[in-house]
Amino acid sequence: MTFDFGFAQQILPTLVDGARITFIATVCGMTLALMGGLILAVVRMSQVRVLRWIGNAYVEFFRDTPLLIQLFFLFYVLPFWGITLPAIATGILGLGLNYSAYTAEIYRAGIESVPRGQWEVATALNLSSRTTWRRVVLPQAYPPVVPMFGNNLIGMFKDSMLLSTITVLELFAVTNDIGSTTYRYLEPFTLLGIIVLSLSLGGAWVVNTLSKRVAQAESTSRQPGH
Amino acid sequence: MTLSMRAVSKSYGPLEVLRSIDLTVPLGQKLAIIGPSGSGKTTLLRLVMTLEKPDSGTIEVDGELLGARRVGDKLVPDDPKHLRSVRGKIGMVFQDFNLFPRMTALQNIMLAPIEVLGMTRAAAEARARELLGVVGLSEKTDEYPRKLSGGQQQRVAIARALAMQPEIMLFDEITSALDPELIGEVLRVVRKIARETSMTMLIVTHEMNFAKDISDRVIFMDGGRIVEDTGPETMFTNPTNERTRNFLRAVLDR
Repeated sequence: MTFDFGFAQQILPTLVDGARITFIATVCGMTLALMGGLILAVVRMSQVRVLRWIGNAYVEFFRDTPLLIQLFFLFYVLPFWGITLPAIATGILGLGLNYSAYTAEIYRAGIESVPRGQWEVATALNLSSRTTWRRVVLPQAYPPVVPMFGNNLIGMFKDSMLLSTITVLELFAVTNDIGSTTYRYLEPFTLLGIIVLSLSLGGAWVVNTLSKRVAQAESTSRQPGH
Repeated sequence: MTLSMRAVSKSYGPLEVLRSIDLTVPLGQKLAIIGPSGSGKTTLLRLVMTLEKPDSGTIEVDGELLGARRVGDKLVPDDPKHLRSVRGKIGMVFQDFNLFPRMTALQNIMLAPIEVLGMTRAAAEARARELLGVVGLSEKTDEYPRKLSGGQQQRVAIARALAMQPEIMLFDEITSALDPELIGEVLRVVRKIARETSMTMLIVTHEMNFAKDISDRVIFMDGGRIVEDTGPETMFTNPTNERTRNFLRAVLDR
């Protein structure tokens, strides 16, 4: 089997369309996960035991069951409860819900790295808990964990291929379709590999740059005394 | 602002840190608290700041219960809103400064007045600059904490606490984390504040000369109890209790 460049060129636009869907699903899913994870992390540190319990149960549930099953559940069971969403929205929701559990753990690591004295001085200054989180704790919790969010982003990008199983025409789905209708697999899957790799590398680069920038901001505010 | 503690006890596991403390600090009094490590001095301040809860007993600020409220004969935890209204009268300076690392000196001081007192940005900034002047750091307004020496950081922390206009101010071993040559500048600032304001002050310190000349009253604590409670002259020249004498002999004869 030789690589047919003409055929590759012919299918490229279809693959790019698929890649666009994959990209959108990842970006939206990660946005959901960053918000959901933050809420979960705060809930898990609540004074109220029931809230803590719910937060912990959520994280355990979503980490200990396969994403694939979660996606199927959302896609096939939600409509029975009268909730019908487009497949792509269901997929994004699934990715967001699942990755919220992981980002919550990352936020927790960041939050726990903030010294206890910062919480105490917030109390002494009579700050509300909202202000304490927003102005004191979170700005210090983010920077050390930006690289971990990056790993999650790449992980989600790869996991988003599972959306093909709930009829979303993302990159893997369209590639596979081309294969099964033309019986040519070499070109579509080679192109798939190249697209996935370049998007992953691009994502890693963005995260790296961001981490460095955050670290830089950190070091200008944290130079030793003179 | 009168502060009164009645039968306040606190344990960490089997360790009794405070044993039924009764203490009344009248308005404007400068109270120095001395004693060996582990005697309960810091815990006493932390209870007043509501960083810890007493196991039993009550703390009142001007007749209002702190961190608790009465339901029938029982004490239950206070609701957050009322707790904050009482706590707003109290300020604290910590041993480790605890400045916000990602804010400049000025921003450190401005945060709480804007967020808690509802001051405008301009008013908060004007006040912050004035306070940096009071602590002698007018040139350091835009520096981040990491660029300041320990003594400078602690002076910013003092200004930050003052910005909230507390009526009771707690100083918890504020020079213990400092290099010896930086202690003087911090103590000078506190002396000045003590002279020029009517704030009630509770000062936990290991600096005996400082304790002596800043205070109207000194208590010596040991083993979770107030062992001696007297004026600074008597405390440092003629203490009555055996344990006080031993402690002072040990720390003054270094």
